[in-house]
Amino acid sequence: MSAEDELTRLRAQNAQLQRELDRLRGSGALQQSAPDAANGAAATATPSWDGLQHGLNKEQIARYSRQIVLHSFGVQAQAKLCRGSVLIVGAGGLGSPAALYLAAAGVGRLGIVDKDSVELSNIHRQIIHREADVGVHKAVSAAQSCRALNSSIQVEVHCEGFTPANAVQLVRQYDVVVDASDNAPTRYLISDACCAVGRPLVSGAAIGTDGQLTVYCHGADGPCYRCLFPEAPAAGNCARCVDAGVLGVVPGVIGTLQALEAVKLLSGIGEPMSRRLLVIDCAAGRFHSVKLRAKSASCVSCGTSPAITAASLPSYDYAAFTGQAAANDAAPKPLQLIAREDRITPAELQQRWVAGPCCTARHWQGCVRGRASVLRYLYKLAAECPSSLPAPARLPGCRIASQPDCVVLDVRPAEQFNICHLPGALHAPFKHFDRHLDQVKGRLAAAAAAAGPATSGSSQDDPPPLYVVCRRGNDSQRAVARLRELGIRHGVDVVGGMEGWAAEVDPSFPTY
Amino acid sequence: MVKVRLEFSGGLDLLFGNQKAVEADIPQQSGHQLTVAEAMAWARDNLLTDRPELFMKGSSVRPGVLVLLNDTDWELCGELDALVADGDRVTFISTLHGG
Ligand SMILES: [Zn+2]
Repeated sequence: MSAEDELTRLRAQNAQLQRELDRLRGSGALQQSAPDAANGAAATATPSWDGLQHGLNKEQIARYSRQIVLHSFGVQAQAKLCRGSVLIVGAGGLGSPAALYLAAAGVGRLGIVDKDSVELSNIHRQIIHREADVGVHKAVSAAQSCRALNSSIQVEVHCEGFTPANAVQLVRQYDVVVDASDNAPTRYLISDACCAVGRPLVSGAAIGTDGQLTVYCHGADGPCYRCLFPEAPAAGNCARCVDAGVLGVVPGVIGTLQALEAVKLLSGIGEPMSRRLLVIDCAAGRFHSVKLRAKSASCVSCGTSPAITAASLPSYDYAAFTGQAAANDAAPKPLQLIAREDRITPAELQQRWVAGPCCTARHWQGCVRGRASVLRYLYKLAAECPSSLPAPARLPGCRIASQPDCVVLDVRPAEQFNICHLPGALHAPFKHFDRHLDQVKGRLAAAAAAAGPATSGSSQDDPPPLYVVCRRGNDSQRAVARLRELGIRHGVDVVGGMEGWAAEVDPSFPTY
Repeated sequence: MVKVRLEFSGGLDLLFGNQKAVEADIPQQSGHQLTVAEAMAWARDNLLTDRPELFMKGSSVRPGVLVLLNDTDWELCGELDALVADGDRVTFISTLHGG
């Protein structure tokens, strides 16, 4: 996208010119014009009023007046915000409200780091982006929203992401860092960079209906992320929004609280959440804060003789330390876990079973309404003469499942299965797969019986076809392998799962 | 028996039959006060509904889980050897990464 690159380049240039302008204004080389000069009011080059040496102009005083008149905040705190800077790592669910509130509050300079682009499935929680921003760099889109909210602040865009190569140099340019990232390796990296450079870090996280918030690397005894978690959790213990889901408001609450903590740190008011962890359970409506340990003298990042420093950090292998790559919202890599001959592509599956045209969206809406209603529909079709139906009414997915002598096993979690599935598919979530073994055997027996006496006698040698599907085709291979261990040896994996089915066979199948 | 409230947060409730809190009566060895290590092992043996390695690693908690005794980081009260008395709360919080 060369136009996009050009836009980014011009924005960076603009930000630099803005900085230069501010510098000249600050040095008195330029006279600062009053904001209402255009209306013919007198310029304030030589103000006819006295105030504390806070440096705020008339427009700033008007804009931030409601917090300036606040007893516990005041004009000096506002002036610190206007002179301050915050780096927000991640323009997602946490970064969205954090950036908007910090822009609105008048933080003089915001840096927004994100290397991803906006997707439609982000917007339910990443409220800084609009529908029209789908496909745009998140950092660019977020900066646009911040500038629209407050044109008097500087917003800097960092589209290259937060990496060991640029972490120290980025953190060094800002007063406070907000960790609004979505994965463990980036969280360790941000914490290490803040320790190395000596910046306070406002850390927030959210998944499902749970949220957490704390401040790291602050004050004499505030711990860092590594002080609390010196050993990284196994990758399998890190739930991701893309798999586990997240209620949009939850990161909204945490991100808003992160903005609050950043405001407190910049302005010097209140008690930052250092050595305290706020735990919120939005389902139960419980907010609870607990007391945390002090920093550890032996911490490799913030201890008395740290192994990770500004110099050594760029060569630290975060992927190896955490056992996972930093791109957390990405789809897992497609794996080849079982023999190729035990797998079948969605297109092959369709060819084997169906000759009709593709499903229509209308019919899938029927699937979404519930399996029972679709089955009723299919039974009704079968009772009438199916061959007399108009061609568009033939449903490949539905007809696979309506074949009584085959079994489709769907191993996705219930939340995903309930969105949409092949009608008649037997649901056996992989997480508790063994519990469903009897159901699988029962369905296979029923299918064998339906196939008729001609084949039922030899059903041991030639059992009813068994197709196993999941979301993307990894768990279904594990399920096929597990079936084998449990004595069912003829299961066939559908390559690419339901996403593959949507891509190859039925574009109207809802993906998520 | 020691009456202890065990709490599971940050997704750990999913490992304990979706229970966020359990009022437990935990047996103690005669002459000894109950420790957090024993309470943890009791939870693993009596309440855990999922694989043990999602909760513990060796005799301690797995990496990424904070343990609190009455809302205080167990590091400040003796970690595994911290003593648990009647009415105490032991909380296990899995650190979140999402955003
Ligand atoms: Zn540390």
